[in-house]
Amino acid sequence: MIKIFALALSLFCAPLLLAGESVAEPAAAAANWQDLHAGNEVGNISSLQRGARNFTNYCLGCHSLKYLRWSRLGADLKIPTPLLVANLIPAGAKPADYIQTSLRAEDGVAWFGKEPPDLSLMARARGVDYLYRFLETFYVDPTRATRTNNLALENPAMPAVLSELEGVKAAVYRNVEVVVDGKPTVQKVFDHFTSVAPGQLNQAQYDAFVRDTVNFLDYAGEPAQVARRNLGVWVVLFLLVFTGIAWLMKKEYWKDVH
Amino acid sequence: MASNDAASGVAQRVGFRAWLNKRLPVDKFVSEQLLEYYAPKNFNIWYFFGSLALLVLVMQLVSGIFLTMFYKVGDTTAFDSVEFIMREVRFGWLLRYLHTIGASAFFIVVYLHMFRALMYGSYKAPRELLWLFGMFIYLALMAEAFLGYVLPWGNMSYWAAQVIINLFSTIPAIGPGLVEWIRGDYGVADATLNRFFSLHVVAIPLVLLLLVVLHLVALRQTGSNNPDGIEIKENLGPDGKPIDGIPFHPYYTVKDVVGVGFFLTLFAVVVFFVPTFGNLFMEEANFEPANPLSTPDPIAPSWYFTPYYAILRAVPNQRIGALLLLLAVLAFFFLPWLDRSPVKSIRYRGWWFKFFLAEFAVSFLALMYLGLKPATGAYVTAARVFAVGYFSFFVLMPWYTRWDRVKQVPKRVTFHD
Amino acid sequence: MAEQDAVDLDRRKFLTVATAVTGAVGVVFAATPFVASWNPSERAQALGAPITVDLSKLELGMMLTYVWRKQPIYIFRRAPETVAKLAAHDAHLKDPKSAESEQPAYAVNEMRARRADVAVLVATCTHLGCLPKQRFEPGDVALGADWPGGFLCPCHGSRFDLAGRVFNGSPASVNLRIPPYSFQDDNTLIIGQDDTTTQGVA
Repeated sequence: MIKIFALALSLFCAPLLLAGESVAEPAAAAANWQDLHAGNEVGNISSLQRGARNFTNYCLGCHSLKYLRWSRLGADLKIPTPLLVANLIPAGAKPADYIQTSLRAEDGVAWFGKEPPDLSLMARARGVDYLYRFLETFYVDPTRATRTNNLALENPAMPAVLSELEGVKAAVYRNVEVVVDGKPTVQKVFDHFTSVAPGQLNQAQYDAFVRDTVNFLDYAGEPAQVARRNLGVWVVLFLLVFTGIAWLMKKEYWKDVH
Repeated sequence: MASNDAASGVAQRVGFRAWLNKRLPVDKFVSEQLLEYYAPKNFNIWYFFGSLALLVLVMQLVSGIFLTMFYKVGDTTAFDSVEFIMREVRFGWLLRYLHTIGASAFFIVVYLHMFRALMYGSYKAPRELLWLFGMFIYLALMAEAFLGYVLPWGNMSYWAAQVIINLFSTIPAIGPGLVEWIRGDYGVADATLNRFFSLHVVAIPLVLLLLVVLHLVALRQTGSNNPDGIEIKENLGPDGKPIDGIPFHPYYTVKDVVGVGFFLTLFAVVVFFVPTFGNLFMEEANFEPANPLSTPDPIAPSWYFTPYYAILRAVPNQRIGALLLLLAVLAFFFLPWLDRSPVKSIRYRGWWFKFFLAEFAVSFLALMYLGLKPATGAYVTAARVFAVGYFSFFVLMPWYTRWDRVKQVPKRVTFHD
Repeated sequence: MAEQDAVDLDRRKFLTVATAVTGAVGVVFAATPFVASWNPSERAQALGAPITVDLSKLELGMMLTYVWRKQPIYIFRRAPETVAKLAAHDAHLKDPKSAESEQPAYAVNEMRARRADVAVLVATCTHLGCLPKQRFEPGDVALGADWPGGFLCPCHGSRFDLAGRVFNGSPASVNLRIPPYSFQDDNTLIIGQDDTTTQGVA
């Protein structure tokens, strides 16, 4: 019985490991950008508050969070309503309103080629690690209208809106010999970034900025997640106790059976 | 035991019970189905999954009823209403997760339940009809899961509907017309979503309930099989009851409660801590609204369909692939007649059967894995190999079950205190 | 042997009861989210958030109708003399002291309001829920010479005075309800919020 329990539990945990728990990583701008992890903690309220501030200042101009209300944000992030109204909520919107952007859809299409997507579920649709990599791998590209490109998302319609904070960087490639269809050829592969112009923040500060922002988007994707886990602890404990008592009862009755 | 006070209380109860039982056979039912129904005493862990399937069915019905109170069907409202449930309905997130993870739990339980039948020959005479009802339940369940998956109208919902409905276009002559008839429009649209909602909430649940009742009545008629494959009714004691049997109540009611507790514990761990379960129970692509202009990459059905999906993709011809998919599911229906062994349980079968059952299980799991992967290169080759493995279990069964050197089946079941 | 059996039976009973009780507790816990889901959602609460009313254009004898939490609310200006005369017809009222009716603590007074000149009432007749019609003119022809002014419900004839108190002889038995409200300043009324120290959503 115990053996089976242990086996079931370990089979169970396999996908948990596959799910890839995020581990905090120091500085970005690594050659192995695919290994960058957001490393955010949704339970960290001050990080979420900074993230909300970052979002309002740098993202809300184009992106909405149409499934989240300001009042819900205030309640979950422990921001009192007067501060919410004074610092975050744009003029004209009420606390009970959903978080909308002032950019009209037709303007978005005209200026960027496509409407900037709503970000309410972006963390659930793409994952926090992808979002982190996206904000960390913009580089100079003179061939594009936005003058930038991105390693995580090729040819994005979005410009490098955080460059005043991060600074501007260029991508440096190296030549790699690759065999394609039996013939050896040379391909350009990304090697590392170099700084073209500094921004207001150093690398560590910028990484923290991005982490907070991605953390906020993680929260926005599922505001109930912290409450979910907290409730889950009690539910699982209760069920373990119940199963234990039921098992004792079963053993008692089955003493009859030979 | 009876004091004067109790006497009047008991008398009242008897009075009401007498009144009730004259009009509805309540006591008779409880007595016959629970107290006097003898089940084999050697049930092992594989015998929990029937009662667990019933539990999950009830959970899906209850969570589904409550979700329907808040869900708004329609191509412009469905996705938003699911987020409304997740964020703004009190405990709406819990209702949603219970139902979504419940669907996957249903298939885990049902697959284990079916595998038990394969191991112990529970599909063999006189339980062929019991097995068939179970197979129809499986079909209804697959339909219910597919229909339900479309309802959130996420991008995977939309494209799942598109791909699965297009399978029907492979039917000769009537295919294309049939597809348009199923959709109710020239492409997967609001009309499709609306009728899927009705089927998922009303029609199929009614069918499922009817089939479950028939399944239980058929089980009651023949009595349960057991891990030794012995018919306990053939060995009666002096009291007329099977020597190797025990009354279902209290022994199996009490044991099933433990099974329920254990299952709910695992279930709660998933619901509260890892509801997406590594992208298996809830796919990332479905957190984006339906987009007819953008197919998710990679695209795959839910894990419980992927074995059949892998078989479909293993064949380069669309029509033959679809036919093989259908045959892969239908093959199960023929098991009672493909199996020529005189012996039911794997415990007394020979090495041929043990080999083929093992390779079938491995093939099924391998195909499940491969169905989640892109259909390229080594993945396709492997899928072809395991598809052959899958079908050979059924196709070769009439021969290897006859050749098999079976062991002597004992008179009494194996039971250790 | 018998003793061992007796002990076993007791233990059996104890464990059965323990399991049953734990299970029952579990069922109650499990039912809670389902029952709770029926409570007004965040959307309902947001739509039911306090509303702001501008009183600067509200003249004497004028009445505004606003909707708050799906209920119609009457807001009107009363003359100080009218308010002073409210006590005069206390004898004709079922509940002149508002003991049975539903109103905030600051509305349990003669004028049933925070301020004498502004009346705020829930415009739902306490009989069966129709919208009472205004009959502000004293000595109204249909209602009799000693009619002090107030409301007449068209459905079954309930009558209320200018503080929403129900007259004898009406099918309704309880005074009109009063919602929570407060004054942000002299000309700004907030319906749905008792105090203005924390702004915004209740």
